Amino acid sequence: MTPVQIIFLLCAALILASALMVVTTRNLIHAALWLVAVLFGVAVLYAILDASFMAVVQVVIYIGAIAILFIFAVMLTRREMRDRGPQLRKGWWLAALLALLVFAGLAFLLVTQPGVNRTAAAIPPGLDTLGKLGTALVSPNGYVLPFEVASILLLAALIGAVYVAVSKK
Amino acid sequence: MSIPLSWYLVLSAALFSIGLFGVLSRKNAIAILLGVELMLNAVNINLVAFWRYLDPVQMAGQVFAIIVFAVAAAEVAVGLALIISVYRRRKTVIADEVDLMKW
Amino acid sequence: MTTETIIWLLPLPPLLAFFLIVLFTNKHKALSHSLAVGAAGLSWLGSMLVFARALGVHEFGKEVFESTFNWLPTGGTWLKIGVLIDPLSAVTLFFVAWTVLMIFIYSIGYHNFGQPKGDHDRAGLPPHGATVTDEKGHKHSVPSIEPMYSRFFAFIGLFAFGMYTLVVSNNLLTLFVGWEIMGLCSYLLIGFWYGKESARNAAIKAFITTRVGDVFMLLGIAFLYSATGTLSFREIFRPEVLQALATTVTPFFGLSAAGFIGLLLFIGTIGKSAQWPLHVWLPDAMEGPTPVSAMIHAATMVSAGVYMIIRMFPLISAGWEPGTPLNPTMSIIAFIGAFTALFAATIALAQNDIKRVLAYSTISQLGYMVAALGIGAYVAAAFHLITHAFFKALLFLGSGSVIHGMEHGVLHTGDHSVDPQNMFNMGGLRKKMPITFWTFLIGGFALSGFPVLTAGFWSKDEILADAFGRGHWAVFATLALAAFLTAFYTMRQITLTFLGGPRTKEAEHAKETPWTMTLPLVILSVFAVGFGWVGIPEHFPLIGGLLPNWFHEFIGPTLAEVPEAAPFSLWPLLTSLCVAVGGLFFGWLVYRKVKSPKQDFLQIPLLKNKYYFDEAYDFLFVRPAYWIAETFTYLFMDRAVIDGILHTVGRAALGLGSFLRNYIDKPVINEFIGDGTGNVVKKAGSSLRRIQVGRIQAYMIASLTVIVIVAVAYYLLVV
Repeated sequence: MTPVQIIFLLCAALILASALMVVTTRNLIHAALWLVAVLFGVAVLYAILDASFMAVVQVVIYIGAIAILFIFAVMLTRREMRDRGPQLRKGWWLAALLALLVFAGLAFLLVTQPGVNRTAAAIPPGLDTLGKLGTALVSPNGYVLPFEVASILLLAALIGAVYVAVSKK
Repeated sequence: MSIPLSWYLVLSAALFSIGLFGVLSRKNAIAILLGVELMLNAVNINLVAFWRYLDPVQMAGQVFAIIVFAVAAAEVAVGLALIISVYRRRKTVIADEVDLMKW
Repeated sequence: MTTETIIWLLPLPPLLAFFLIVLFTNKHKALSHSLAVGAAGLSWLGSMLVFARALGVHEFGKEVFESTFNWLPTGGTWLKIGVLIDPLSAVTLFFVAWTVLMIFIYSIGYHNFGQPKGDHDRAGLPPHGATVTDEKGHKHSVPSIEPMYSRFFAFIGLFAFGMYTLVVSNNLLTLFVGWEIMGLCSYLLIGFWYGKESARNAAIKAFITTRVGDVFMLLGIAFLYSATGTLSFREIFRPEVLQALATTVTPFFGLSAAGFIGLLLFIGTIGKSAQWPLHVWLPDAMEGPTPVSAMIHAATMVSAGVYMIIRMFPLISAGWEPGTPLNPTMSIIAFIGAFTALFAATIALAQNDIKRVLAYSTISQLGYMVAALGIGAYVAAAFHLITHAFFKALLFLGSGSVIHGMEHGVLHTGDHSVDPQNMFNMGGLRKKMPITFWTFLIGGFALSGFPVLTAGFWSKDEILADAFGRGHWAVFATLALAAFLTAFYTMRQITLTFLGGPRTKEAEHAKETPWTMTLPLVILSVFAVGFGWVGIPEHFPLIGGLLPNWFHEFIGPTLAEVPEAAPFSLWPLLTSLCVAVGGLFFGWLVYRKVKSPKQDFLQIPLLKNKYYFDEAYDFLFVRPAYWIAETFTYLFMDRAVIDGILHTVGRAALGLGSFLRNYIDKPVINEFIGDGTGNVVKKAGSSLRRIQVGRIQAYMIASLTVIVIVAVAYYLLVV
């Protein structure tokens, strides 16, 4: 057991436990906070995977913006809800079963693929992943088009959200 | 890196399933969105893991993940705006109570 | 213009007059009669021209005016129709043209042209008189104009067309066409006053009776066509064709084809010329106006029957040589002719209506002609045909004049119960109506056969001479007896009508008729006297040989072998002198004293009721026909059987429809299939709709379940 593996396992446990709490806890604020924990764990995973930019972006965007957004939304919609009563729907056992089946299926498929137990090759030294990422994002030979489309998507979403959520005075 | 790829993949599958469970079984609409976020994150883990283990020289994997970020963000924003709008009209955020499009 | 063209055009003017009157000038009386008389005059002119040219042709029997054209394509050949004027049709054309023109002119006066409209006159009934007021304010009745004036001229125009067509035809088909047109016009004209039930019945009787004859005639024509392939006279009368027909034996009573066809055609003559047994229609036909009686039933239509059979003489006599016994067809013809002559003469003795006497007289005289033809006296039959047409037309027109005069008297006295046609109401009219009297006398003497001076004598004498000369004693005796009776009843008629004193007030006030009526009488009487002199036999004592027997020489060559004149013998001459003069004398002797029917010894019920033939036919034919029509065909076949079938089919259809509706359509198709499917869909729908709960998580769970199941199944089964 190398140290990296141990870190990974700890991280995975954190992620999975927090995720379970996210989906089962009664209090929504707590759920959002548990989500923050999940996101954090995922960021650690990115770091282990040498995707340093991703890790930072995960923390900044996901935790810093999206999770906050969630908390805001929860707070805005709390008036009638008092976090009482069961938080799970009537058919939750079926959902659980399904989720289990999906997991089982996915895991089975994934594990039986050939070559899935490989270990990562080392990154060639001198490879500036970040620079390359930046170049790839804006280079015409690269992924500038999806990048721009995603920008527009964000713009649309922004406008749409504002429009939908604005209350008529 | 001594972690086999399969660990990442199983983890992402598990996270995905948990997120799925959350989507299918939570009452509160915002909680459903939380589940969706979990699923998206699982996808991202998958993507980045494949990038790292298959071909780290190509940036496609990371770019894909970044796009997913952007989409997730947009989706959360719009989703929450919708939920708030619905809350304002119907005074409820329980998904089961927003059932006008029924028989 | 060539003669053939004129011949083609002869029938057209009257036809044109008919159409113009019917379509355009019906309201204008003067214009209508001018059109009609003008048309008759045109045809008369054309006929005289043709006749004159025919006289000029040397050997006219062999050379004839003929013109044909191809009409119907019949397989490889054509059926040709055309016109033919040979000697027979030339003289027929002569008398037809004259009599038609005279009668047309006469009709103007007869229907009281120029007189005012009647008080109560209605179309369909005879005119009844108009009241006029003179300067002094006296009202008296005068004859009124016929309401259907123009229509009459239209009909007689059509009739004239039919007769001319018949005369100029060169084939049996167009002859038959003319025959039938005349039959139609006879029906229309007998029933001219259609408001009278007796007229309507008489018209139907005439048409049906002649139809019986026409059916057989048509069968004869069909047989002839199938045997020879042609209907043209000149084609049929070729020696080889006649020979073939005479030697072919038919399965009908062992007659030869020629004889059988001749017999069938003769039956047409029996109908059309009112011979026994189809004579019953002619006396009733007197219901029509007198010009109709004159034209149709004296001069032209009934003559057409005899003309046709004279025309077909070569066919009838095929295989017969003069001097040999008669072949069966000729015997039948001779018998029927002679019998009818005597039979009708006996009935005429007891008739009191002036026109009825003449009707029976016509039947009798036609019998003479038929009998003459039957014994083979071709020329004599043709001769009598022509002289009879003239003097019978004269007599009928004269009787019309008498009736008009009597009606004048009736209008004067106002007593409409007096029958102006009953001879016993007349008397002394010779003083009141002199022209009518003298012309009627001439006609009557011609009919009786008054010696030398009248045409009737010559023609009748020739028939008797032929009968005697060829040795047919029975025919001779019958015809001689009939001649006696003819003279007797004719003198009876003249005596009762004109001689003595007026027996009723109406007769006292009779008046002579206008010139439009008396002029034709005078002209016809000229012919009645003079026409006989063209046929004086050669060996006649004293006068014979002075004038050539032009008629015989002209008509003779119509046949392939010119017939010889009968050998002259004094006996028939004496006989005809005796019967004629004797009959006239006795008639005058007996009837100058008779003032009323009670004194008339000849008013025997058997004769008065015409030997009850009408009653017999009514019982044998008319009643069964009515029974078949009413009871059998109408009530039984039509209403019970056919309507029964229809009603049953209707009910069955209804029942089937109800069954299908109530037992198949409604329960099965409507309810089970139609509504059932709908209900099933509705129930399914209302059950299935519940899965649409509106809760997305439920949807997601459902879809995911299915995906998982499908994935598992796929993995297990396929992979």
